[in-house]
Amino acid sequence: MNAFLSNPQLRRYLWPVAGLLLLLLINLIISPEFFNLTFKDGRFYGSLIDVLNRAAPIALLAIGMTLVIATGGVDLSVGSVMAIAGAVSAYLIVSGVDSLTVIIAGGLAAGLVGGMINGLLVGYMNIQPIVATLILMVAGRGVAQLINEGQIVTFQHEAFSFLGTGYFLGLPFPIILVIITFVLVQLLMRRTALGLYVEAVGANASASRYLGINARAIKLSVYCLAGLCAALAGMIAAADIKGSDANNAGLWLELDAILAVVIGGASLMGGRFSLVLSIIGALIIQTLTVTIIMSGIPPKFNLLIKASAIILVLLMQSPRFQQQLSSLMLWRKRHG
Amino acid sequence: MSNATAVLQLRGIHKKFPGVHALKGVDFTLRPGEIHALLGENGAGKSTLIKVMTGVYTRDGGDILLDGQPIFPASTGDAQALGISTVYQEVNLLPNLTVAHNIYLGREPKRWGLIDWKTINQRSRELLKNYDLDIDVTQPLSSYSIAVQQLIAIARGVDMSAKVLILDEPTASLDADEVQSLFRIMRSLKERGIGIVFVTHFLDQVYAVCDRITILRNAELVGEFEAATLTRPELVGHMLGKELAALEDRLHQTTSESAAAPALTLTQVGRPGTLEPVDLQVAQGEVVGLAGLLGSGRTELCRLIFGVDKKQSGTMVFQGKTIHLSSTKEAIDLGMGLCPEDRKHDGILGPLSIRENIILAQQIKQGWWRFIPRKQQNAIAEKYVKDINIATSDIEKPIEQLSGGNQQKVILARWLASNPSLLLLDEPTRGIDIGAHAEIIKLIRQLCEQGLSLIVASSELEELVAFSDKVVVLRDRRKVAELTGSDIQPDTIMRAIASA
Ligand SMILES: Nc1ncnc2c1ncn2[C@@H]1O[C@H](COP(=O)(O)OP(=O)(O)OP(=O)(O)O)[C@@H](O)[C@H]1O
Ligand SMILES: [Mg+2]
Repeated sequence: MNAFLSNPQLRRYLWPVAGLLLLLLINLIISPEFFNLTFKDGRFYGSLIDVLNRAAPIALLAIGMTLVIATGGVDLSVGSVMAIAGAVSAYLIVSGVDSLTVIIAGGLAAGLVGGMINGLLVGYMNIQPIVATLILMVAGRGVAQLINEGQIVTFQHEAFSFLGTGYFLGLPFPIILVIITFVLVQLLMRRTALGLYVEAVGANASASRYLGINARAIKLSVYCLAGLCAALAGMIAAADIKGSDANNAGLWLELDAILAVVIGGASLMGGRFSLVLSIIGALIIQTLTVTIIMSGIPPKFNLLIKASAIILVLLMQSPRFQQQLSSLMLWRKRHG
Repeated sequence: MSNATAVLQLRGIHKKFPGVHALKGVDFTLRPGEIHALLGENGAGKSTLIKVMTGVYTRDGGDILLDGQPIFPASTGDAQALGISTVYQEVNLLPNLTVAHNIYLGREPKRWGLIDWKTINQRSRELLKNYDLDIDVTQPLSSYSIAVQQLIAIARGVDMSAKVLILDEPTASLDADEVQSLFRIMRSLKERGIGIVFVTHFLDQVYAVCDRITILRNAELVGEFEAATLTRPELVGHMLGKELAALEDRLHQTTSESAAAPALTLTQVGRPGTLEPVDLQVAQGEVVGLAGLLGSGRTELCRLIFGVDKKQSGTMVFQGKTIHLSSTKEAIDLGMGLCPEDRKHDGILGPLSIRENIILAQQIKQGWWRFIPRKQQNAIAEKYVKDINIATSDIEKPIEQLSGGNQQKVILARWLASNPSLLLLDEPTRGIDIGAHAEIIKLIRQLCEQGLSLIVASSELEELVAFSDKVVVLRDRRKVAELTGSDIQPDTIMRAIASA
């Protein structure tokens, strides 16, 4: 245990993993069937699968958000980008496009354009990330409404709906999409030096400049990637309900995504990132939501409980808090 | 010793970090009205001991008595309220606030409940006059060089000191004159009965101002000594735990065969407002020293050569080719490296590991798609940790957890690992202990024999004399002299710097 604690790489996993395990334990106590998994007609069923499936959009957003935060930025627009991507694919379907490739490419292109706008504003025009992405957060939902012409657009498209409701290898397809995205991004970041560059830019922009790292290009790329992830999440959400609702698709999900990354232990100042930890963060948020529902606590306490749990996790991670705590303990020990 | 004669007393202090026992039962006694040197190698535990005294870290064992009363500072604010003020090794003021605001931060004079800017600015100006620093105190701190920032941090700390003043390597980036003004002020505080703790790696400075000396080695107390009776070799022996291998061959050697091909030629290279046009020749395997006071243009020259700032005039020929750098990446690809002056701001990537900090320059040279395999990264990092003696338990440690001197060694390792053919070192040995100092000079000499060219900016004349084949003296952002051969002596350099 001590060797584990003294390894700085492993120690970062301690609190997020412990938090997730604790939540799962609470669920086990509340409802013992929480961990039941059944396999029927080639598909897995159970609460755990549900949690994973529901967590998919947040997890996708968190993957992109992790990289953005690692560069010292933040992307508030991902929820709106989800809405735009959903609206674009719905638009394509209802205007008679049948090719799944074209529909998906359209949605992804919308996300890429959104990410590019953010990246240019932040990387090349040096606008504060919060402000730069706030623009698209607000305007983006308007764009989605324009595409939908103010309506909720519903559609029928077997192949597209598979993104949200299909099953593959016995698992809901959104889970598969998260796994694929995770693996691709992880390979790109950790099998090349890109991940290191991203961390360098976030850790010390000035030192990166002396090292000849092109911080602008790096920033542009991570916002583009966040846009792509958001677009994918948006299409899953649209496919799930077979429709595009510009007002509600992805609403407030940017906050869940940011929280997932922070719960995973990343610093909002930038620097170190871990995609695995962010995914764990996303799972914690989703599990917490489920736990609150299952425990029979009135839904009006939902947000309050969620906020308290998050504050607790953050406090436990804060070195400042740990320092104050240990100083207090020393004083108490001396004064009996 | 009785408590009555001590203003600050530490007994049996322990401090553990994950994987490191940084202080093992250390005692320290500070009397009022004395200047007390705290010495030891890089990573011995000096800064940690100081941070325990000032509430940055909580001790894991032992007692701290201030005027005989046990204290438990939980933050620097606590310590300050108790009368202990500190200037830390790394400047930790707020770069975006004005100079004056930084000096009065947290103790701003108020008028009708509002911050009284006029008084703040006025008093700051007067305060800085004591340090012969005539600057615009209403500018943001970040608009001044690291050395000036250091002076400002000192002025703030000294101004607040009530009972105890702690100075952790305050002189690392100061030139001789500024060190003298600091000493003058330290002596006058001492007269007023304030106890001063002084950390430095310059032994001359220890003997110049200190009354007593406490030495740490490997997290343990070696002992407490009277400065007047401890000889220099004894002192070094206590610090390193062994005699320092003779530094005899520090003397200048005129090795450079004039036949060596030029590696870098600058003709009238300049940038208006930053540097007047400069001519400079660096031969292969040659070491060119840059001498001059703070702000004389040494750093600016290094930045121009490396492409951090773009030159506006003149031509630059590197290895036979005329080059126009528009980014540092191009300079790195050509085989240059720059170890910047301000290690915290421009050098270290704090949360990244020692390994990553070391391999990054080489990685950038190779391109992002050709990732250096992990095994090779480990090998490179391990090699330099051993070669230049970086004190760490583990190459995976974030560099920000290393002691200051060891961080400096990592940055050096970063550039050495990139196999450069021209290396620019801006104050490379700042904060490095005297044992490692010798190691690094030896290493640099070896590399030069293998054909590496070197440009070294340093405030330490002895150091320049020790390894330069040629010394270029800068003043007021222009080149004023070039010394070679037997002219390279501390006093000739000094004269060139001072002559009007
Ligand atoms: N925050 C930290 N976390 C982990 N280890 C630390 C931390 N701070 C210091 N250490 C370790 O404690 C040891 C003592 O470091 P310290 O900074 O006190 O050395 P120092 O004597 O001030 O050296 P220098 O002359 O280089 O400034 C080093 O091994 C360092 O790596
Ligand atoms: Mg130190």
